[in-house]
Amino acid sequence: MSLLKSIFGGTPDKLRGVSEKGIIVFHHTSEVIKAESLLKKAGLDVLVKGPPPEIQTGCDMVIEFPIVSQLQVLELLRKNRIEPVQVVSVQDHLLEPVSLFNIKDFGDFLMVRAANMKITVHKQTHEIVNVSGGGCPDVPFLAEQLVGRNLFEVAEPAENGQTLCGYSLQLAYEEMKRRCRG
Amino acid sequence: MSWLIVGTVPDDSFPLIEGQISIENGLLKIGNLKINIARGTPALAATACLAARELNADHPRALLVGDAGKGAGSRKLYAHLVDIMADLDVAGFTFHYLQPDVYWHNQILWAIQARTDSPCLVADAGFMYVAKMSGFAADYDLFTPDIGEMCFLADETAPHPFYTRGFLLEDESRVEEYIARAYQEKNAARYLMVKGARDYIVQGDKVLTTISEPAVEAMEAIGGTGDSLTGIITAGLMAGQDIPHACHMGALANRYLGVLADPTPAYKVGDLLAYLAGAMQQGRTGG
Repeated sequence: MSLLKSIFGGTPDKLRGVSEKGIIVFHHTSEVIKAESLLKKAGLDVLVKGPPPEIQTGCDMVIEFPIVSQLQVLELLRKNRIEPVQVVSVQDHLLEPVSLFNIKDFGDFLMVRAANMKITVHKQTHEIVNVSGGGCPDVPFLAEQLVGRNLFEVAEPAENGQTLCGYSLQLAYEEMKRRCRG
Repeated sequence: MSWLIVGTVPDDSFPLIEGQISIENGLLKIGNLKINIARGTPALAATACLAARELNADHPRALLVGDAGKGAGSRKLYAHLVDIMADLDVAGFTFHYLQPDVYWHNQILWAIQARTDSPCLVADAGFMYVAKMSGFAADYDLFTPDIGEMCFLADETAPHPFYTRGFLLEDESRVEEYIARAYQEKNAARYLMVKGARDYIVQGDKVLTTISEPAVEAMEAIGGTGDSLTGIITAGLMAGQDIPHACHMGALANRYLGVLADPTPAYKVGDLLAYLAGAMQQGRTGG
């Protein structure tokens, strides 16, 4: 078995597991080409492919990318003024991101949870006192950037985040800002 | 038992380093490098160190690399771990904050399975995500999900907790349903330690025990309290405890950390570690 694994080690068993890839859908082919070059230059493992038939789009090319890098990808596109039509999971392109927020009121502190990320703020001062949850390596980095700073003055998680955990934190952060504004 | 904690430090300039870890002046020390214990793998490693001391076990070893989310550090670590796997003298691994990457996950798992021994495999955080994503979750001995991550394990299509489908709400009253579903889809390790208001220790699809007392609500908001729990469990396994025993001790000790520190949601996990010895003592005696 081990020998077989070492021989076929570069080809993970396609019958097991779920896809780690996402698809970015664009309006025009020119955007696909520009985005591919941009993302490859940034070191991302991307491929241009044909879209699944269920996805209705005027463009016949999509970009496949590692789904954990979604935040990094979208931020790069945003900075270069490329606006994708849609970002979906390869596994099931009908999958929707988590959209519900879980709120906990600790009296002086308010916690907002989005997917696997939580942010906690002091209600009077708006100081971010904690960030928790998640599993991608940008979470501890983002926590260092955010904790101890004012919710309305700090750089948003999307500016420094790279992964889906970072994207979840951005959603929690936006919801927290919405609630603290009243 | 020899043990290797594998994870990341949130600083891209931090080098790939492997060695015994210790605590010095409130910092985690590996080789000549000192790391702030705020959250993530440094918090797990520091807790494992302190808990191992309480259990008369050797200090754990760690394999760490700098990675602030771009994944280059994680990939460097993965390649190195595959290279050294055959020569590692280790009874178990605790995999933690690492960039999910199915290709490298599979290389590592297969390198471990090519060994003549069968080291214990614990996965938390990003490496638990990729272990499930790869379809090889059942090859692991222990996962330590929270309720949101339990929903992710229960959703056979989700490639990341962010895409967990909406019908799997984070509803703690439905945890047993999620556990059953995760095992049915072969998306769970041999044992689960599900962290929440009530902790569930699970073997196969059977709940062995639950722990809900003592309860300190503020702990949920404090970054790193899941990491400290996995650290204590790692120390228990290093001390030779079986998995359910180590999880039970970890759950109680982590809860007593909250009781003794009496934190607000603004506390840091580092503020809690001073109470670890007392918390482990209270956990053993039942308070």
